Amino acid sequence: MLSLITFLPLAGVAAILAVREFAGSRSAERDDAARWMALATTTAVFLLSVILVIRFNPASSAFQFTENANWFEGLHYRMGVDGISVLFVLLTAFLMPICILASWRSITTRVVEYMIAFLILETLVIGVFCALDIIVFYLFFEGQLIPMFLIIGIWGGANRVYAAFKFFLYTLLGSVVMLAAILGMIGIAHTSSIPALMAYHFNPGLQIWLWLAFFASFAVKLPMWPVHTWLPDAHVEAPTAGSVILAGILLKMGGYGFLRFSLTMFPSASVHFTPLIFALSVIAVIYTSLVAFRQTDFKKLIAYSSVAHMGFVTLGIFSGNVLGEQGALFQMLSHGVISGALFLCVGVVYDRMHTREIALYGGLVNRMPLYAAVFMLFTMGNVGLPGTSGFVGEILSLTGTYAASTWSALLATTGVILSALYALTLYRRVIFGEIANPALAAIGDLERREAAIFAPLILATLALGLQPGLVFHITQASAEHLVAVFHAGAGR
Amino acid sequence: MSFTANVLIAGPELVLAGAALVLLVWGAFAGMVGPAFVGAAVAALVAAALTAVLGPSGRGFAGGLIADPAAVFAKVAIYLASATAIPLGQRWFARIGVDRFEYPVLVILAALGMGMMVSAGDLISLYVSLELQSLALYVLAAFRRDDAKSSEAGLKYFVLGALSSGLLLYGASLIYGFAGSTHFEAIAAAAHAGAGTGVLFGLVFLICGLAFKVSAAPFHMWTPDVYEGAPTPVVGFFAGAPKLAAMVLLARVLMEAFGGAVDQWRQVLIALALISVAVGAFAGLAQSNLKRLWAYSSIANIGYALVGLAAGGTAGVQSMLIFMILYVIDVTGFFACLAALSRAGRPMERMEDFAGLMRERPALCLAMTVFCLSALGLPPFSGFWAKFFVFKAAIGAGLAIPAVLALVGSVVAAFYYLRLIKIMWLDPAPGETDAPPVEAVAVTYASAIFAFPAVMAALIALDPWARAAAVALVAP
Repeated sequence: MLSLITFLPLAGVAAILAVREFAGSRSAERDDAARWMALATTTAVFLLSVILVIRFNPASSAFQFTENANWFEGLHYRMGVDGISVLFVLLTAFLMPICILASWRSITTRVVEYMIAFLILETLVIGVFCALDIIVFYLFFEGQLIPMFLIIGIWGGANRVYAAFKFFLYTLLGSVVMLAAILGMIGIAHTSSIPALMAYHFNPGLQIWLWLAFFASFAVKLPMWPVHTWLPDAHVEAPTAGSVILAGILLKMGGYGFLRFSLTMFPSASVHFTPLIFALSVIAVIYTSLVAFRQTDFKKLIAYSSVAHMGFVTLGIFSGNVLGEQGALFQMLSHGVISGALFLCVGVVYDRMHTREIALYGGLVNRMPLYAAVFMLFTMGNVGLPGTSGFVGEILSLTGTYAASTWSALLATTGVILSALYALTLYRRVIFGEIANPALAAIGDLERREAAIFAPLILATLALGLQPGLVFHITQASAEHLVAVFHAGAGR
Repeated sequence: MSFTANVLIAGPELVLAGAALVLLVWGAFAGMVGPAFVGAAVAALVAAALTAVLGPSGRGFAGGLIADPAAVFAKVAIYLASATAIPLGQRWFARIGVDRFEYPVLVILAALGMGMMVSAGDLISLYVSLELQSLALYVLAAFRRDDAKSSEAGLKYFVLGALSSGLLLYGASLIYGFAGSTHFEAIAAAAHAGAGTGVLFGLVFLICGLAFKVSAAPFHMWTPDVYEGAPTPVVGFFAGAPKLAAMVLLARVLMEAFGGAVDQWRQVLIALALISVAVGAFAGLAQSNLKRLWAYSSIANIGYALVGLAAGGTAGVQSMLIFMILYVIDVTGFFACLAALSRAGRPMERMEDFAGLMRERPALCLAMTVFCLSALGLPPFSGFWAKFFVFKAAIGAGLAIPAVLALVGSVVAAFYYLRLIKIMWLDPAPGETDAPPVEAVAVTYASAIFAFPAVMAALIALDPWARAAAVALVAP
C-alpha cells in the first residue's frame, strides 16, 4: 500500500514519457497530455492516501502498513506510517494535484519536464514520510534536492539561478553532516531500522553530537533562525507551485525529522538543547515577523511569515508534552494548507500582472471581489483567527510551551500580534483603497480553474479550524507514545 | 612450485603479452587498423579476464606474482575497462585522422602492467609492473604527436612520473636495506621483529610514489595539465583503470607488508585524503575546462577512496574497492560523453560549450547530469553508494572527524557540478552540436544507466566479490 502510494507517481512519469514519444512534434498536444497525466496521477495518489487514512487504525501508536524487504549489504527497505506521518502523506497528496492545476496555464515552457519533476518530487516526499529505515529515509530526503533545484532553476523568477544554488548548497551542507551521524548510529547500534533506533539508548555524551548533526539538517530544512536565509530567496524565485510545495511540504520534513529522530532517538540531548531551541524559536517568531512587516515583495513577506510560523512548531515539538506535540503537528498541517493557499493567492495576481511589488497593487477589491474574499480568509488563517486552522495550531503549541517555559510562551505570543500586524497591513495595501496603478484597471477576478483550486483549500482550513478533532483523533495515540518514549529516554 | 604451476598463475599476463606481440607484428606488416584488429585486441583483453577468473590461485615465481581473489577482482575490472577504451579511442583517433595500430597495442601493454601491479607480491615486481604501465600511458598521453598540447601532456606526465618512480625506488631500496628482503611477507616479518624507523621511512617514500600515480594531493600537480592535453578517450582510460590498479597495489603493500604499522601509515593516508579532498574541491571551483575540472574531481574522489583505505580492515578495503569500481565506470562514462560531443567539428571542452545541451541532446545531457550528480555523491546515484560505504567504514573505524571533513569538502565541490548542470539546463545554446558517434554514445548510456538504476542490482553482486577480495588483501 505505502510503496504503491510512494511509487505511483513514477508510473505517471513513465506514462508522460511514453506519450511524449507518440506525440512527436505536436508540442501543444504533448504539453496538454503531460498536464492531464500529471493531474490524473496525483489525483489517484490522493485518493489512495485518503483510503490509507481511512484504513489507518488511530487507536494504535505502532507503525502500520509496514513493509520490510532485504536489500543488500545488510540494508533493508522498510516502510510504515504511524499517527505522526500518515497525515503528512495525506497533506502531500492533497497539495500535489493543486500544484499541478496551479501551473496549468502559468507554466508554458518545458511543460513535460516540469510535470516529470513534480511527480518525482511527490514520490520522494511521500517516501520521506513513509520510510522506516534511516538509509531509505536519507535517500528520499536528499534526492529531493535534484528536482527542486531544477524547478527553481528552470521555471523560477529573475534571480532563479542564485536562489537554486543557495537552496541546494545550504540543504546539502546540512544533510551531509546528518549522513555522517546516520553512519555513526548504524555503526553503533548495528541496525538501520528507525523503530529499532528509537528503542536504542545512545550514550548521552554521544547523543549531543548526533543531535547536533541532525539539527544541522533539520534546522536548515525547517528553517530556523539564523539558517533561514535560503528560504526567502528560494520561495520568491520559485514558480508558484514550487513555493507551495516548498512551504507546504518540504519545510514540514524538518519538523517531522525533529519529531521522529531528535526527540525519540536523542532524548537527553533534546532536553539539553531545549533552551537553545526555545531561544532560536522565539527569535524566529519575533524577528522574522518584524522582517516580514518591512517587506515590499509580496512573496517574500509570506516567506518570512512561514519562518515565523515554523517557530511555533519548534516550540511545540520541544515542549515535550502531548499538548505541544499535538499543537506542533497541527500547526504544520495547517500551515501546509494556509501558506500554500497564500502563495497561490500571490500566484493569481502575479499571473495577471507579472510583478510581486506590493506597492503596485492596491484597490483589488474593486475589480476582484471573489479574490478579496478568498485572500481575506487565508490572511485570517495566517493570523490565527479562531475558526480557522491557524488558531488551533498556535494556541496548542503555545499552551504546550507554557507548561515547559513560561517566558518563551509569553514572548512567542507577541508573534501572534505581530503576525496580525504584517498580514493585515499586507491585506490593506493590496486589496483596499482606490486603484492607483492604471495597469490594474482591466484585471479580472478568479477564473473557474482558480476557484476550483481554492475550494478544497478553503474547505480544509475551515474544517480543521472548526473540527480539529479530525486530526487529533489520528495523532493522539502516537503523540502520547512519542512523549512517553521521550520522557523515558530523558529520565524525567 | 613447478614450472607449469607458475605459468598458470601468470596466465592472464601471458595471454596479454602474447597478444600484444602478435598484434604488434600484425600491425607492423599490415599497417592498417581494421575492425578485425580492434576486435582481436578486445578479444585478447576479454580472454585475459576469463583466464584470470578461471585460473588457479596461489603465489607464483617465489612469491613475486600473486593470484588471489583481490587480484582477480581488480584484473577483471581493469581488463574490461581497457577493452572499452580500445574501440572508443580507435574510432576517435580515426575521426581526427591518426588511427595508428599502436593504440590498441599500447592499451594492452598498459593493461598488462596494471594486471601485474594488482598481483605484485614483492618490490621488484611492483616496480617493474608500475613502470610498464606508466611507460605505455606516457606514450598514450602524447599519442597526437603533431598536437602541441598532447605532446606537452606526454612530456609532463613522463618527467613527473619519472620523479615519482625515483621516490618509489628510493623508498623500496630503504625498505630492502632495513628489512633485508623485497618480499612483502618477509618485510612484514621484519617490521614485526622491529626493523625500525628505516623501514617506515621507506614506506613513506613508497606511499608518496604511489600517491603520484593515483594523483592524490599534494602529488597531483601533473593531473590537470595531462588531463587537459591528452586525447579525450585516453584520459577516460587513464583516469579510471590505472588508479584502480594503483589503489589495489597500495592496499596490498599497506595490508600485507605493513599490516602491523597501521597506526603509522593511517596518519599519512588521512593527511593525503583530506588534502586531496580540499584541493579537489577548492581548486575545481576555478576551472572552466571540463577536462581540467574532472582532473580536480578525480583528485577529490581519490581522497574519498583513501579515506576508505585509511579505515583499514576488511570493511575499509572492501569499501575502497567498491568505490574504485563505481568510480571507474562513472569516469569512463563521463569521458565517453565528452568524446561524443562536438560543435562544428571542434570538441566541446569548455564549460560554456555545454550551454543549452538539454534542448539539443536531451539524452546525452541527462547522462551528463547523472555523471555530475554521481560525482557529487547525491543519492540514489552510484557515487552516493561509493561514498556511503567508504564513510560507513571510516566512521566504523573511529575516523569520524576526517569523514565529516571530507563530507563537507563534497559540499564545496557540489558547486562546480551544479554550475555545469545549470549551464546545460538553463543557458541558451550557442549553436548546433554535431551528430554524436555511436560507440561513444553507447558507452555513455551504459554508464549512465549503471549509475542509476543498474547500480542497485550491481551492488548486490559486487558486494560479495569485493568482500572476498578485501579478505584476501587483509588476511592473506
